Amino acid sequence: MIELSNIEKHYGSYHALRDVTCHIKEGEFFSLLGPSGSGKTTLLRTIAGFEGIDSGSVVIGGQSMAGVPPNKRPTNMVFQSYAIFPHMSVAQNVAYGLRAQRLGKTRTTEMVTEALGKVGLAGYGERAAHALSGGQRQRVALARALILKPKVLLLDEPLSALDRKLREEMQSELRHLQRSLGITFVLVTHDQEEALTMSDRVAVMFEGEIAQLDTPQALYKRPASKRVAEFFGAMNILKAEILGLKGGIVTTRIEGLGVAEIPLGPEADTHGGNKYCAGVRPELMTVLDDGESAYPKENPAIVTDVEYRGELTYYDVKFDGSDTPVVVSMRNTTNREIKEVGQKVRIGWENASAVLLLEQT
Amino acid sequence: MRQMQLDPDARRGLSLISIPFAFSILLLAAPLMILLAMSVWTQDFLTLDRTPTLDNFVEAWTDPIYRTLMLRSLKISIIVTLVTVCLAYPAAYYMSFVAPNNRKALLIFLITIPFWTSYLMRIFLWKVILGFNGVINGSLMGLGLIDQPLDFILYNQLAVVVTLSHAWLPFAVLPIFVVMEKVNRAYLEAAQDLGDTPFWRFIRITLPLSMPGVVAATLIVFVPTIGDYVTPKLVGGPSGLMIANMIEVQFKNANNAPLGAALALSALLLVTSVAGIFVWLNRRYLTSEGAA
Repeated sequence: MIELSNIEKHYGSYHALRDVTCHIKEGEFFSLLGPSGSGKTTLLRTIAGFEGIDSGSVVIGGQSMAGVPPNKRPTNMVFQSYAIFPHMSVAQNVAYGLRAQRLGKTRTTEMVTEALGKVGLAGYGERAAHALSGGQRQRVALARALILKPKVLLLDEPLSALDRKLREEMQSELRHLQRSLGITFVLVTHDQEEALTMSDRVAVMFEGEIAQLDTPQALYKRPASKRVAEFFGAMNILKAEILGLKGGIVTTRIEGLGVAEIPLGPEADTHGGNKYCAGVRPELMTVLDDGESAYPKENPAIVTDVEYRGELTYYDVKFDGSDTPVVVSMRNTTNREIKEVGQKVRIGWENASAVLLLEQT
Repeated sequence: MRQMQLDPDARRGLSLISIPFAFSILLLAAPLMILLAMSVWTQDFLTLDRTPTLDNFVEAWTDPIYRTLMLRSLKISIIVTLVTVCLAYPAAYYMSFVAPNNRKALLIFLITIPFWTSYLMRIFLWKVILGFNGVINGSLMGLGLIDQPLDFILYNQLAVVVTLSHAWLPFAVLPIFVVMEKVNRAYLEAAQDLGDTPFWRFIRITLPLSMPGVVAATLIVFVPTIGDYVTPKLVGGPSGLMIANMIEVQFKNANNAPLGAALALSALLLVTSVAGIFVWLNRRYLTSEGAA
């Protein structure tokens, strides 16, 4: 649906997009995730046609977008500020893009009513734009874009201005809307949770580059680099020494844990003198009770801090012979007792608990 | 007694406004009251007859001379306002939407440069430019385009319009520019994203959203133009005289302050009613501006 090839963009001396290449499939919910300044909004605006590029190409639906202004592109955008025209009513806002189609009054009214109904704002047509709440504005912006039946809907951090409860509600609503309409959605967000819950695929961006592009599950389970890993949830980063590589399995000595055989990810490359470290998610290790040995590997450790959070308990532990604090989370089941600070424990883990991460230089 | 005590906030507020309040009582309300009283008296050679009468107003509103002057003032003011706002709008548009951000301060500075010269000086300069042996005639004759100096460009209503429009231009540019600067650029992008060409985007978004600035500029130009008497006196000639010149004549040469007062109040009424319409328009546009 959207082919972005080798896109380069500079703002003066600032390198905003570095050799961005990605393919967004038809009908998918695609997210651009990254911290502020990572170039994700610039990339979205490039697709919409608001930003020129230095080199590379944008192809949407098989057509090159070179020299095509935003008003001629098969994309519509929901702006971060929603950009609801303040001098118009809700219905006038929603009907804005229909002018060129010259549909006549009755047909326009029908379409506006239908669009407002789709976003849950039936009956709001006569409201003045400034009499709307944040969530309502967002829905108007959505209706205004969707009424034009775009091939691609671009969303620039559409949920960041909403409060938590409304945000979660809108997340699932957007997801349902996308599925029922079958339109390609491209969402820009800095919220990893939002990207994980809503998207089919996520491109993680840092400093104008796509660091990793994959499904939410793959990104969480097998992040390619330390930066990506740290962006998604909690990850213990431990020093790792590569001992050998055989048949796609890397033998590694991990600080505190000892030797592990980790399957090599598709992106990883142990040649070329790259530096690596190991990552272990807190939930993939277990604080073992006395006599329990449910895991193939276990290491002695000492509890340095306990954080009780109701459903989960977070332990800060230090492995014998290591000074790096490691976080282990445990689900609080009925017969599991909470350990105390200073208590000696055994931590259970397995090869699949660990991932090899590329360390950025 | 307790009710008489003011809370600290109210006391502070009162002390803050007391000076401007006294100022406006003395310099605005009091003269206006005197004018009002004066307008219902009658001048009887050297003495004032203080019997209340509406004769002055009847004369001001029925005598063809005054009516002509009043209508001419209204006409010239409307033309000056139209010319000024039409010239100011593109200038403000350029400053706000076209010029790069780092150039805006310089442009505002350039707009204010005419103020470095006194207003009278600028009127005299227009006399030099438009005069019988002035810059325009000199150039046209030098180019051989005309044999004799054009005499219709100075001492008439056209000269008044040209001079006043030039004088008011910066005052009209600034309010329009300020309103344009407040227009969220995302609206423009959204309009284009929804299929508008730059022309339609201007008609449907930029123009309506900059209307409050246009209304403000219109008022700023219109109100002082109707009361102006220096410019018509210096460049207007007999056909360019306006109502304010007649008011001046009544107060000074004709020694008929009561009639002058009645004329002044009539002009004030005219200005107020026109301004009232614009304030109403402004409010209508401003109500939709609160949203960002």
